[in-house]
Amino acid sequence: MAKKKVSPVWTVLLGILAVLYVYPVIMILFNSLKKETAISTSTAFQLPNAASFNGLSNYLDALGAKGFLQSFGYSLFITLSSVALILLCCSMCAWYITRVHSGVSRLMYLLCVFSMVVPFQMVMFTLSQTADQLKLNTPWNICIIYLGFGAGLAVFMFSGFVKGIPLEIEEAAMIDGCNPVQIFFRIVVPILKPTMISVAILQAMWVWNDYLLPTLVLDIKKYRTIPMLIQYFRGSYGRVEMGPMMACIMLTVLPIIVFYLACQKYIIEGVVAGAVKG
Amino acid sequence: MEKTLKRYFPLFVLPTLAAFIIGFILPFGEGLYLSLCRFTTVGNAKFTGFSNFIAAFGDESFAHSFWFTVSFAVVNTVLINVAAFAVALLLTRGIKGTNLFRTVFFMPNLIGGIVLGYIWNILINCLLSIVEQPLLQLNTTAGYWGMIVLTAWQQVGYMMIIYIAGLQNVSPDLIEAAQIDGASSWKTLFSVKIPMVMPSITICLFLTITNSFKLFDQNLALTGGEPNHATEMLALNIYNTFYARSGPQWKGIGQAKAVVFFVVVVIISLIQLGATRSKEVQQ
Repeated sequence: MAKKKVSPVWTVLLGILAVLYVYPVIMILFNSLKKETAISTSTAFQLPNAASFNGLSNYLDALGAKGFLQSFGYSLFITLSSVALILLCCSMCAWYITRVHSGVSRLMYLLCVFSMVVPFQMVMFTLSQTADQLKLNTPWNICIIYLGFGAGLAVFMFSGFVKGIPLEIEEAAMIDGCNPVQIFFRIVVPILKPTMISVAILQAMWVWNDYLLPTLVLDIKKYRTIPMLIQYFRGSYGRVEMGPMMACIMLTVLPIIVFYLACQKYIIEGVVAGAVKG
Repeated sequence: MEKTLKRYFPLFVLPTLAAFIIGFILPFGEGLYLSLCRFTTVGNAKFTGFSNFIAAFGDESFAHSFWFTVSFAVVNTVLINVAAFAVALLLTRGIKGTNLFRTVFFMPNLIGGIVLGYIWNILINCLLSIVEQPLLQLNTTAGYWGMIVLTAWQQVGYMMIIYIAGLQNVSPDLIEAAQIDGASSWKTLFSVKIPMVMPSITICLFLTITNSFKLFDQNLALTGGEPNHATEMLALNIYNTFYARSGPQWKGIGQAKAVVFFVVVVIISLIQLGATRSKEVQQ
């Protein structure tokens, strides 16, 4: 059956929409190249010209004096350590609670599903106090809190896929003399690899962009993740330095776009995989 | 195998369980208890019964932010899902440049709410100053629609991806059969495609409704609740009750508001899942 031709009008309309979609980012790019005095509310749409062009000095300021590089390092470390910890611990936990049928397993699964619905505001105050008491308030160990808070989605997704792995494979390995640790790392992990990538993508998107949790847990005077830095810029008293601020936004957005274009396939698969079981 | 594995409980489950208790179960339980107390830190809580809840319901800003959030969630959910579904329909019909469009529409999702909010704050303020209207800090209407446009911009792409996956799973045989039976393309859409992608619709509605209710970063960065708390949504209202008000009573009231917020989100999620699940067809 021949497909009905789609009118080219739609392509044009979608094209216009696509341009509108990228425009906000382009606008920030142009403004980040302007001189401080040339940036004002009403002229944000104008392109930089010879008089207002400022070269890359906003970027240099952002990277050095404004502490962007440091924030980038904190964000990167927190995201990588949290995602690695979530992948390892939650896949082990999910395998166990799917294979061992006990009251504890059932309860753990239900609590994980439950935790996905609970809004963060419900636990934010008590969580930040608990984190202070247990000294989990530095970028080096905040990943434990992210493990606890990310466990819901991760355990839920991993369990869904472990259920689809035939038990016979694991039993055969057991008869061949593997202990559960060997079975898990040699047999289950390779099968779970696509799910691992999906979970990693979803969790990384969340941790990298998370603002409220690190704000409440970390000491803002010492450690700032990227979202904290951007918000701190605005919240500080006195005049906000718009040029370096826009440069910071661009420096935040650019690595994300590069990462997205490089891993687009996995990101989109991750989103679809995360949506399969609501 | 189950028996052998059981002995490995400390290795396999304990790390996640311990973190889960620290990060979720304990704060949640404490939060429930503290909603009935007067406190400034977890250590100095005094039990006061339901007075926090009475004060929370009596707080006009809370009621205002509740209805503001409901109105936002309704408009946002409808807008995002209709737009995402329409774009997904177009992009599954072999339009030129499908991959490019898909890439572009999904992109804003990866940028965090704070950054997005600030980008749009600059853009909308510039638009407002060109048409000589009050800026966002003084303009409730612009704040409301600004947030709608911003969240639509961010989330249409995400939902579109889920709808595309759903539409690609509809068997072409089924659509062909409908066309041979003489169904028009509208009829095919409403009688074949939409019922077949009902699971995707369930999950997308669930995500958009809960996302709208829990919206915080975008709200904080775009309007900050200005002017005078008029564009403050529930999550931001609770945050401000906790951290922006002085007086020993406010933390307890904030926690009580959070409990109410939690109950509302759970009820809405359950109603929505029940309502759309019943419309899903078994294959």
